[in-house]
Amino acid sequence: MKGLWIVTTETSAEPTRRDFLYIATGAVAAVGAAAAVWPFIAQMNPDASTIAAGAPIEVDLTPIAEGQDIKVFWRGKPIYIMNRTKKQVEEARSVALSALPDPQTDQERTKEGHEQWLVVIGICTHLGCIPIAHEGSYDGFFCPCHGSQYDSSGRIRQGPAPLNLPVPPYQFVSDSKIQIG
Amino acid sequence: MSGPSTYQPQSPFMKWLEQRLPIAGLVHSSFIAYPTPRNLNYWWTFGAILSMMLAVQIVTGIVLAMHYTPHVDLAFDSVERLVRDVNYGWLLRNMHAAGASMFFVAVYIHMLRGLYYGSYKAPREVLWILGVIIYLLMMATGFMGYVLPWGQMSFWGATVITNLFSAIPFVGDSIVTLLWGGYSVGNPTLNRFFSLHYLLPFVIAGVVVLHVWALHVTGQNNPAGVEPKTEKDTVPFTPYATLKDAFGMSCFLVFFCWFIFYMPNYLGDADNYIPANPGVTPPHIVPEWYYLPFYAILRSIPNKLMGVVAMFGAIIVLLFLPWLDSAKVRSLRYRPLAKRFFWGFVATCLMLGWLGAKPAEGMYTILGRIFTFFYFAYFLIVLPLLSRVEKTLPLPNSIAEDVLNKGKVVGTTAASLFAAVLAGTMLFGGVQSAKASEGGESPPSLSWSFAGPFGTYDRAQLQRGFKIYKEVCSACHSLKLLQYRNLAEPGGPSFTLDQAKAIAAEASIKDGPNDAGEMFERPGRLADTFHSPFPNEQAARAANGGAVPPDMSLLAKARSYPRGFPQFIFDFFTQFQEQGPNYIDALLQGYQDTPPEGFSLPDGSYYNKWFPGHSIKMPPPISDGQVTYDDGSPQTLPQYAKDVTAFLMWAAEPHLEARKRLGLQVMIFLIILSGLLYFTKRKVWSNVH
Repeated sequence: MKGLWIVTTETSAEPTRRDFLYIATGAVAAVGAAAAVWPFIAQMNPDASTIAAGAPIEVDLTPIAEGQDIKVFWRGKPIYIMNRTKKQVEEARSVALSALPDPQTDQERTKEGHEQWLVVIGICTHLGCIPIAHEGSYDGFFCPCHGSQYDSSGRIRQGPAPLNLPVPPYQFVSDSKIQIG
Repeated sequence: MSGPSTYQPQSPFMKWLEQRLPIAGLVHSSFIAYPTPRNLNYWWTFGAILSMMLAVQIVTGIVLAMHYTPHVDLAFDSVERLVRDVNYGWLLRNMHAAGASMFFVAVYIHMLRGLYYGSYKAPREVLWILGVIIYLLMMATGFMGYVLPWGQMSFWGATVITNLFSAIPFVGDSIVTLLWGGYSVGNPTLNRFFSLHYLLPFVIAGVVVLHVWALHVTGQNNPAGVEPKTEKDTVPFTPYATLKDAFGMSCFLVFFCWFIFYMPNYLGDADNYIPANPGVTPPHIVPEWYYLPFYAILRSIPNKLMGVVAMFGAIIVLLFLPWLDSAKVRSLRYRPLAKRFFWGFVATCLMLGWLGAKPAEGMYTILGRIFTFFYFAYFLIVLPLLSRVEKTLPLPNSIAEDVLNKGKVVGTTAASLFAAVLAGTMLFGGVQSAKASEGGESPPSLSWSFAGPFGTYDRAQLQRGFKIYKEVCSACHSLKLLQYRNLAEPGGPSFTLDQAKAIAAEASIKDGPNDAGEMFERPGRLADTFHSPFPNEQAARAANGGAVPPDMSLLAKARSYPRGFPQFIFDFFTQFQEQGPNYIDALLQGYQDTPPEGFSLPDGSYYNKWFPGHSIKMPPPISDGQVTYDDGSPQTLPQYAKDVTAFLMWAAEPHLEARKRLGLQVMIFLIILSGLLYFTKRKVWSNVH
């Protein structure tokens, strides 16, 4: 009559040892299932070789004449390195901060003593197209996809993009060489 | 799937949905209210285990496909990059590779269960036939999956299996060309195999739905083989069968994880860690273990066409089983004669499997023919005959009555199982000892710090081993799957990042082209690999008397030697898998100045006791005192050999420590879960028994 006895305990309102067993089993199984999901999500992050390949790069600036720019790739992103003319630097520094959608001074966006060099990630902050250098109404960049215009400091001036072109981490190793990353 | 549903939706939304799409009712009637015979034993949980394995294979497979490149030049390395660099890549790969074997373990148990309890008999013929179709699809899928890593066994397996079709008269060669998409197994073959390997699991899933549908129409068979007659004979699927299945699955996962975390290469072939080489066939090619019985049948027939026909026939014959065995009594419990023949058949399959792994010569061929005859005789002679002449035992009147006699029957089943295992073991043992007397010697088994469930690398030993690689081996051998950054990663020789950078900077790496379009040399960086000192394979060959020094990244996993029976069974429990390190260590010390009498050594070769064929082009690479150790370790050849071998093991498997560490955690968890599930299942079933 073991079975009958269990049926009677089941109807009592008190938590029983069997309730505890069921809850413990369910909880352990749920923890296991959650832990098992983790490797399947973690595997989508960049793998070790991709991270290692994203190490800093060095760029020689000597071939870039004034008024010219080059595009290099770092971590799969295009980086514009622009040797700005005096006129471009002046334009960038004379504009009032209040006139900018994303206020930032040109000094903040360049390195002291190397004012003519602008280094920005060439990815439009709207939806990721690559803006064209030396185009648009602000002597800077123009994005052909949706018409965003950036000035000669890479700051957004007009169009749907919300933010300035980001400045990647970089430093001058010498007067004519920078290290990006 | 079993008639109109008794499901009564409670909430208004479920009522609304049920009138439009009765999916909740379908689930309810198929997996909750569905009546299952109350006398099912644990052999019946393998259906659920197989569903789980199919899900595991599909999910891990989709993830592996995110990292795999189906191209002959890239496939092998992409698998290694996955294992070495992707987060948990080693785990996902081991799950998928061992999972294929576990899928076949489970399917063979499931099939033998069906065979033993007569689950193929009316009215379940279609259910059985669908199962055979799933099995055929599994074999095709498993074969194509094995080709994808593009190692030596992949390539030669693909070549041999596709060549089976050339046995077809008149159109055979055209069919083979069609399968290859070229004049030999090549890139088009690999691409289409990848495509089909991705497709077929979903076809399997579709046929599984039909299989389950057919099952739910006829209802499950049961160990007594009598149909349920009253409510008392069945219990609802949930919670009774669900919990029993969950416990079965959890126990199976313990078995599965033993392979994933501790024995990932036990079921594989070391040769598949050598990249595919269309110019060299491995001396001893064998398919994966789950095809071995059929491979043995193929080889035992001396005619090409008839061999292929026999091999496929061995599977096709299963389709006709419901009509070959016409006995009215389903379960072999009540067929004493048929039961004996059944265990004989199991022994035959094991024997064929063992023969399939042996070279096709001498006694093996003769035994192969005998057991091939036994295999077909079971289906074509024994079963049809027995079903006419056998005097069966009285059946129980109902399942409920069967449950009352259960204890006695379990005893006899266990006894017959034990007898069959014993008989099989003795058979194997006898043949093996005959073989051992003629067999060769194996390298001595050394004690390695990384062996066993708690094994770890000895950091100082890896650093010493690296020194030997750098000063000696790297003059000829590359380690192109290893990058300098690996030296500083956890679980390795534990160089600091700065040390690793300094080591990298000593190397000269060819890079470019630069802006002027020219290649240039630069110091190595952390992301560079240990490249070959030779510009190309031809140069390496020319500089080494015609033999290419192999890349050493995977050497410790790509070399092996047979352990023989019963040693390989003990290896499973002791987690022995250090054949590669033992071989490399022995090889480095195995040079003999004068070859034994009667051995003619070719010019420019050296005699090595352990090298296959004994004639090796590599001169003795290292001798006492050649490399200076800073830590006071003995500067002797045995110490050098052991250190560099440990380093090569790490190079072959940089995540070994993480694998064993996670394995311990998973094992403890699964044992707790299995225990809890067992007691929960017992509580729930307590009012049924």
